[in-house]
Amino acid sequence: MRDFIRFIIKYHFAILFLIIELVCLLLVFNYNAYQRSTFLSSSNALTGGIFKSYNAGAEYLMLREINEDLARENAYLRSRLPESFRASKDYFTLVYDSLSMQEYIYRSARVINNSTNKRFNYLTLNKGRLNGIEPEMGVISNKGAVGIVKNVSDNYSTVISIINTRLKISAKLKESGFFGSVEWDGSSYQYVYLLDIPRHAEVNVGDLVVTSGYSSIFPEGILLGNVENVELEKGASFYRIKVKLSVDFKNLSFVEIIGHSSVDEQIKLEKETEDD
Amino acid sequence: MISYLPRYLFNFVFFTLIQVLVLNNIQLSGYVNPYLYVLFIITLPFETPGWLLLLLGFTSGMVVDLFSNTPGMHASATVFVSFLRPYVLRLFAPREEYQPGTIPTMAYYGLGWFFRYAAILVLGHHLFLFFIEVFSLTHFFSTLLRALSSTVFTLLLIIVAQLFSQGKKQGR
Repeated sequence: MRDFIRFIIKYHFAILFLIIELVCLLLVFNYNAYQRSTFLSSSNALTGGIFKSYNAGAEYLMLREINEDLARENAYLRSRLPESFRASKDYFTLVYDSLSMQEYIYRSARVINNSTNKRFNYLTLNKGRLNGIEPEMGVISNKGAVGIVKNVSDNYSTVISIINTRLKISAKLKESGFFGSVEWDGSSYQYVYLLDIPRHAEVNVGDLVVTSGYSSIFPEGILLGNVENVELEKGASFYRIKVKLSVDFKNLSFVEIIGHSSVDEQIKLEKETEDD
Repeated sequence: MISYLPRYLFNFVFFTLIQVLVLNNIQLSGYVNPYLYVLFIITLPFETPGWLLLLLGFTSGMVVDLFSNTPGMHASATVFVSFLRPYVLRLFAPREEYQPGTIPTMAYYGLGWFFRYAAILVLGHHLFLFFIEVFSLTHFFSTLLRALSSTVFTLLLIIVAQLFSQGKKQGR
């Protein structure tokens, strides 16, 4: 102890200098927006760059599966082409008018960071504000819904994934049309829970659970998963339905971000109604 | 030591006011911003203890910061200069040591000694300040150029200020 004090006395000038200089630098970073943002963004650029190159490697290893997925999606999309429908002139007419304007716009992006083992899981995508991404947009993969965009920077965006206990998504049973909300309980990344389905609804194991389209974030009918098992506690009036997610969050590389072109209009109208 | 107090109090207020009211508004061709207030630290008495030196450095920098709305930037540079000062003084100590009752000014030790001594400290201050201000190495040489040209200009002002105080002293 005495040595320690002697050391401090001997070097008090240098120690005091370091302390005061540290205080100064703290002031600089806390109260000067420019230095702070440079400091933060350089660290972000570093982490972003590391994630990106890590991902480039990981993606290469998963090429086979990605190819399969893309091929499957291609096949599905081909089946939706006009050529794959039989044109029956008797009752089918295509009218190009302004009423059938495009409602949802899709932009593809790559997942460059992803977590599944926390309570609050987020993804990072390689597109941001410059690519037209905005907060509150829905994110889906070719297998189903993934999450909702939380924050965007110029070139990156973060997404709250469905397996985040802070996120609730409005969903419904595809067969019967009963709707409720999907929540994650924080345990397994493969399962979420569908709540608020009344007990008189008919639910079978294997039923598809899709987005309801009420929230204006996702279009109606995006797949979430299928019913794994159905619980009904004694005296409860709502089911607690365990849903196996269709998206494998451990294996996610390409996603699509959904922009809703008339979202402002819908929210404005809903707010007006609430205020009345 | 106490007898120095009014003189340095005046120096402190005077240089700070000159700095924030006049010199902060001068920006010659985007490269040159003189920072005369360092002269306060430079001319403090030889016997000033280290801790006081650092605290005075912090205070003078902080006051300028408050006026120019850049908390911590000038303070960190002046603290750095206060830290350098004892070592620079030791480096330039004359053969017969510093005389008691003198202060490190041009009047006592001549233009040559004072210029070398002040040049190192001002250069240290300006380099530190400009690099903290830019806070990146991307424009390294343009920052370096700004620091160097400002150093020249500040030194010029310092010499002029010293000549003035010298004249006053001889007049008395």
